Amino acid sequence: MSAEGKILIIGAGPAGTRAAEVLVGQGLRPTLVDEAPASGGQIYRRQPPGFKRPAKLRYGFEAGKAQALHDCFDGLSERIDYRPDTSVWSIEDKTAFTLGPDGVDRISYDALLLCTGGVDRVLPVPGWTLPGVYTMGGSQIALKAQGCAIGKRVVFIGSGPLLYLVSYQYAHAGAEVAAVLDTARLSDALPVLPGLLRGGLTLAKGLWYQNWLRLNGIAVRRGVRPRAIEGDDRVTGVRYLSAGGQRRHIDCDAVALGWGVKPECQLAELAGCDMAFDAMARQWLPTSDAEGRASAEGVYLAGDGAGVMGADAAEYRGELAALALLADRSHSSDVARRTYLKAKLQRLMRFRIALERALPYPEGLAAALPDDTIVCRCEGVTAGDIRLGQSLEPQEINRAKAFTRVGMGRCQGRMCGIAAAEILAAHKGVPLAEVGRLRGQAPIKPLNIAIGGAAAEDDPERAASI
Amino acid sequence: MNKKSEGGQFVRLSETERPEITLHVNGEPVTALAGDTVLTALMLAGVSVRQFEFGDAARAGFCLMGACQDCWVKQEDGGSLRACSTYVREGLRLITGGAEQ
Repeated sequence: MSAEGKILIIGAGPAGTRAAEVLVGQGLRPTLVDEAPASGGQIYRRQPPGFKRPAKLRYGFEAGKAQALHDCFDGLSERIDYRPDTSVWSIEDKTAFTLGPDGVDRISYDALLLCTGGVDRVLPVPGWTLPGVYTMGGSQIALKAQGCAIGKRVVFIGSGPLLYLVSYQYAHAGAEVAAVLDTARLSDALPVLPGLLRGGLTLAKGLWYQNWLRLNGIAVRRGVRPRAIEGDDRVTGVRYLSAGGQRRHIDCDAVALGWGVKPECQLAELAGCDMAFDAMARQWLPTSDAEGRASAEGVYLAGDGAGVMGADAAEYRGELAALALLADRSHSSDVARRTYLKAKLQRLMRFRIALERALPYPEGLAAALPDDTIVCRCEGVTAGDIRLGQSLEPQEINRAKAFTRVGMGRCQGRMCGIAAAEILAAHKGVPLAEVGRLRGQAPIKPLNIAIGGAAAEDDPERAASI
Repeated sequence: MNKKSEGGQFVRLSETERPEITLHVNGEPVTALAGDTVLTALMLAGVSVRQFEFGDAARAGFCLMGACQDCWVKQEDGGSLRACSTYVREGLRLITGGAEQ
């Protein structure tokens, strides 16, 4: 531990890597905990040892960035206290509780950099719990990190940049793409064209993927409404409404679902950060200033976990938050560089806002789900259960959780939280922000009883709160 | 449980030159490749990792990044593992018929 106090970084993706680089550059030795066996996060996830595909094949246009980030991390790993394969399952009193290859541990910190990234923003569709349905990001991981397709004939449903990227990657790798069903309409994009043009290369890449898919004869449909994923014990097809309102059906044996990315912010909440409703993300996010300082003393947020802005922004935000941390601790901190990074981020944010409008979250889709559709995958809670469970006052999402168990399962509401809140708000006729948020609670990832027991022996008082 | 991938959910497209590893699924040998996750191995060989606790349905994983917790699978020794974030190893013995508790 340095005289300046112990610094803990959680997450080894683009933000965590760049944050560590800055701190190591000042002679500090942060601890870096990451759930994955190797650095890179999800976007620049590495393939396991023994795999041979070159970076170009796995990361496409982003191969150079991926390689640079991996090289950067590999150059740091001896100079930080790096703990791969390790999950943080709770944070309390400036202490992170971890579970890794050697069991449970706790890490006290004076400063905390949360670079926890995001997960797919998914919405329930009738039939979405059938074997053969995966998230968009998960479908990409199957290909990128395992060399596999999620099925023989795949339908991609959702909106956002990943929809076209992953469809393209599948087709390019030799998988059959049955259709790309985009819930966004072209008319969503037109009013925000000036903002989109700020995206420059990012926009060009997105258009290139779409064009490639069309040129290769793959059905790309815009403005669709998914109605159901069909099948008895596995996926056999998808029913949807076309932009013109016609009922359509397409045969397939796998479905990739996703409407962009949502931040993983349970740890920020447990670390004591204030949360505020973000209308664009349609969820409650930890608040932070322009350099990543959270409301909790000594806590800094960077990357998609602090609000989704993408991988390029995550690198800038990781660097910026680490520079802010240095400044706050009276280290030398490059002021000009901070100003430059903030300007970069402002530009990326303008593009981000335009992108969210062009490829919007399909408002009303979750609220219109039939009563018998499972919303909470873990507990099997249906849309109807959520509507019924709200006959008591006061009506907010944690009450719904108490009555129906929605969001109470192993995933802690990661997969269903957004949809459950939307269903509840629509049913009550109140704005989404008014139903509140599912409170983050430890353990944020499952622990087995033996480990809970070990934690209890270690510190009965604290374990009692788990 | 079919050893070949024809009946499975996933399709292996590349990276086939890796050492073979044998695991047992419901007592039957299944051949995987070193570097496969347990989920990949199970989905190449079949279509589910477990039964849903609250209804007559199978589950087969969902997010592949350790977030959704859909793919916890039972081991014969009574333990369980998250299939998407665990690599296959020689001697693994799994049961996909039961519900993860």
